[in-house]
Amino acid sequence: MWLASKIKQVLMVMKPGVVTLKYPFEPRPAPENFRGAPHWDHTKCIGCAGCAEHCPARTIMVRDLCQEIRVLLYDGSRCTYCGRCAEVCPEKAIVMTPRFEQATDDRNDITENLELFMLTCQRCGRCYDMETTSAIDKLGLTGYRYDSLEARTVIRKATDSFRPKELEATERYERPGKTGD
Amino acid sequence: MLAKIAKKCFPRSLWVYHCNSGACNGCDIEILNILTPYYDVERFGIKLVGSPRHADVMLLSGAVTRPTLPLVKRAFAAMPGPKLVFGIGSCAVGGGCWFDTYNVTGGGATAVPVNYYVPGCPPRPEAIIYGVALALGLVDKKAAPVELKQVEFPIDVYERNKAWEERNVIYEVLNK
Repeated sequence: MWLASKIKQVLMVMKPGVVTLKYPFEPRPAPENFRGAPHWDHTKCIGCAGCAEHCPARTIMVRDLCQEIRVLLYDGSRCTYCGRCAEVCPEKAIVMTPRFEQATDDRNDITENLELFMLTCQRCGRCYDMETTSAIDKLGLTGYRYDSLEARTVIRKATDSFRPKELEATERYERPGKTGD
Repeated sequence: MLAKIAKKCFPRSLWVYHCNSGACNGCDIEILNILTPYYDVERFGIKLVGSPRHADVMLLSGAVTRPTLPLVKRAFAAMPGPKLVFGIGSCAVGGGCWFDTYNVTGGGATAVPVNYYVPGCPPRPEAIIYGVALALGLVDKKAAPVELKQVEFPIDVYERNKAWEERNVIYEVLNK
């Protein structure tokens, strides 16, 4: 009697078969329209910093090293893969790749560093005044930007409201300490 | 390097302790998802335990909020060594969207030493399995820092110095 029930159980188990994936040993691609790590196409990027302006987690930092070079640093450690940057990019330079195997033991492995060559306007130095005004054109910050790449911190100030003393403080900027330790 | 040490220290089954430090429950559901028969991490001997005193690995999910900070520290101290900490999700890795808000200490690394980072919001169950397999030394690391440049700018200093030296040799010959 008990043997019959055991055989019945075995048959019941065999009916669905093995459902377990052999994942780490066999590749398992992400589904279509999956948003993984964003990737910048440095040949298309114009350095408008729209992505940095719209990032909810502020993972994208912009620093103007000089008139011509603008460094754009994407720190993927706190990126939520919302795809806002790819949506807002006017040149479609950002694509959300289906990469999800981003596990690492070093946070610097999931960063992307772009060195952009900025053209200069002969008259005003940096910025072109756009005739059409869209949301991207109305970016809050104009002029040079000094986000702290070392502390991985966005500093919401540009040359419009910058004084030399504040710039010096920016170089040594650290996040304020938190209570509760 | 760390994978080698982990392989040496944890040759047998890993018992994981799931520590929620103020997560939105997304990462927690994904962690429970990898224990289901579909993903089945018990293939690698991974078992979820209820107490940090039984655990080898802490799966930390959530940006460590201010009320949970001492509790996370105590749970980490209660684990017997050698121990590993996995930051699961963007919040545990770097604080997520809340990295500088008033009630969040900004990621798991501020409270406990995080050994492996699994970013994602939430990470796919495959991504968590990949992270654990990375620690066990079953797979190779795929993430690497990317550096892109539009142009080489300014003029290559090395070439300019070399050209100057070549010219300077002629002057030296002439001066002799």
